[in-house]
Amino acid sequence: MSLLRLEGVTCAYAGAPVLVDADLEIGAGDFTGVVGPSGSGKTTLLRAVLGTVDPVGGRIWRRPGLRVGYVPQVETVNWSFPVTVFEAVLMSRTTGRRLPWPSAAERAEVASVLDRLGIGGLGGRHIRELSGGQQQRVFLARALLRRPELLLLDEPTSGVDVRTRHDILHLLADLNQDGLAVVLTTHDLNGIAAHLPHMVCLNTEITGRGTPREVLTPDVLERTYGAPMEVLEHGGMLIVVDSADLATAKTTLSATGSS
Amino acid sequence: MTWLTEPLEFAFFRHGLMVATMAGALCGLIGVYVTLRGMSYIGHGLSHAIFGGAAASALVGFNFYLGAGMWGMASALAIGRVTRRRIIGSDAAIGVITTASFAFGIALLGLYGQVRRSIDAAIFGSVLGVTVADVWVVAGVTVAAAGVVFAFYRKLLFTTFDPEVADVSGVNTARMDALLMLLLSVSILATMKVLGVVLIAAILVIPPVVARMLTNSFARMLWLSTLIGALCGFAGMILSFHLDVSSGATIVLVGAALFAVVFAVTGPRGRRRAAGLDVHEAPALAGR
Repeated sequence: MSLLRLEGVTCAYAGAPVLVDADLEIGAGDFTGVVGPSGSGKTTLLRAVLGTVDPVGGRIWRRPGLRVGYVPQVETVNWSFPVTVFEAVLMSRTTGRRLPWPSAAERAEVASVLDRLGIGGLGGRHIRELSGGQQQRVFLARALLRRPELLLLDEPTSGVDVRTRHDILHLLADLNQDGLAVVLTTHDLNGIAAHLPHMVCLNTEITGRGTPREVLTPDVLERTYGAPMEVLEHGGMLIVVDSADLATAKTTLSATGSS
Repeated sequence: MTWLTEPLEFAFFRHGLMVATMAGALCGLIGVYVTLRGMSYIGHGLSHAIFGGAAASALVGFNFYLGAGMWGMASALAIGRVTRRRIIGSDAAIGVITTASFAFGIALLGLYGQVRRSIDAAIFGSVLGVTVADVWVVAGVTVAAAGVVFAFYRKLLFTTFDPEVADVSGVNTARMDALLMLLLSVSILATMKVLGVVLIAAILVIPPVVARMLTNSFARMLWLSTLIGALCGFAGMILSFHLDVSSGATIVLVGAALFAVVFAVTGPRGRRRAAGLDVHEAPALAGR
């Protein structure tokens, strides 16, 4: 079942196109990673999906009543803002109850979401007092409290360590298993994108789409990043390397028994 | 104790005390949003802009609240229009429009000496001109502001913290921005007589900054700032009577003293918390 469809969408800022003629369909249960270099239009694509950017061309269809959750880049968050984890999560509940304080049901719901994301018991902490992974989970919790059918994440693993990146990826995979459609943008080809079931490559226009095995090819990567790149295989996983680093990468991988 | 009760024997002072306490609470409440959104400069600017309207109203014998209010709203709209059209930046627009309006008021002061007394009161604050009607106006605005904050608490918080996500989560952020601007303008207008245009910006900023040093929670900051504002208004008025100094100045000085105490007591933790408040940042009036 289709949740959302972009048909020939073009977006521009101050007359300069940043996303050109993009076609994209997101269905229920999809798990898609959008990759591309800086300035390739990844965030604009998310914003077009969210409806915060009006396309100058093409059209966007959303299933009526579609609930979308959005997790922004953590770099955009004001970490000095006086808000506890509980308050940050609850603020997304803006419909229904109008009283400032939460109902018992809302308290239970926030506690349940925090527990599920592994940050139960941190509700009273200020958002700055958390680790990078915990901070990311707070904003994921805020998005999930809206009970979305489609979850959009802008660079959810930027600035976090390898362990946290791994945890976030597994958390998103679990949510996807439960039926939530997930679309994320990432710079991380090897750590994130190569592990997703579906990828979209973007460099102002869509340069490739499909499974990692279909998309992670030297041809598509060069069109996307504008530089020659090679793809190696290690333990059944694809690894993208800069052509200039190919010799070093091969040496390193052969030492660990790659093909 | 008589030090506290002696001023209350005078009706004008009782009115002034009520207005100052409510004005402090009102500015403390609205100031939380003003400081967290980096709107302190527009608070400062609007109070100066309204001065031009106050001067003109006094000169032609027009109702103070109506005249200064319309002037203030016109200034706010002009700033928004100039900024939206990107003619100049928002901080420059605030600087030009509001200081021009203030200068207009000063020019009137120079040309028509007979309005000097009311203009002085508008600049520095005075309890002498506070009437029963003023008490009702400030009470009405305070109750209305508290009601708006109560009714739109979650939406205002979401819009203040994360306007982009609030927008995609179904919050009409443009409406929340407009509501806040309206509250700010009306609050400045209502409290101008006691606090004075020059010092009003301080009482919009000091209570929330002190509250921020004391807590990391938005809800606690909101009621703490309101309480601190009310305390500054009350204590400042009592001191104003005994020291024979303008009400606006003493209210601000009480706030500044409280700031110094809390700053010293909370130490590095309080300083770290308050450092996040960029109270001089010019607002993005063009909309987020």
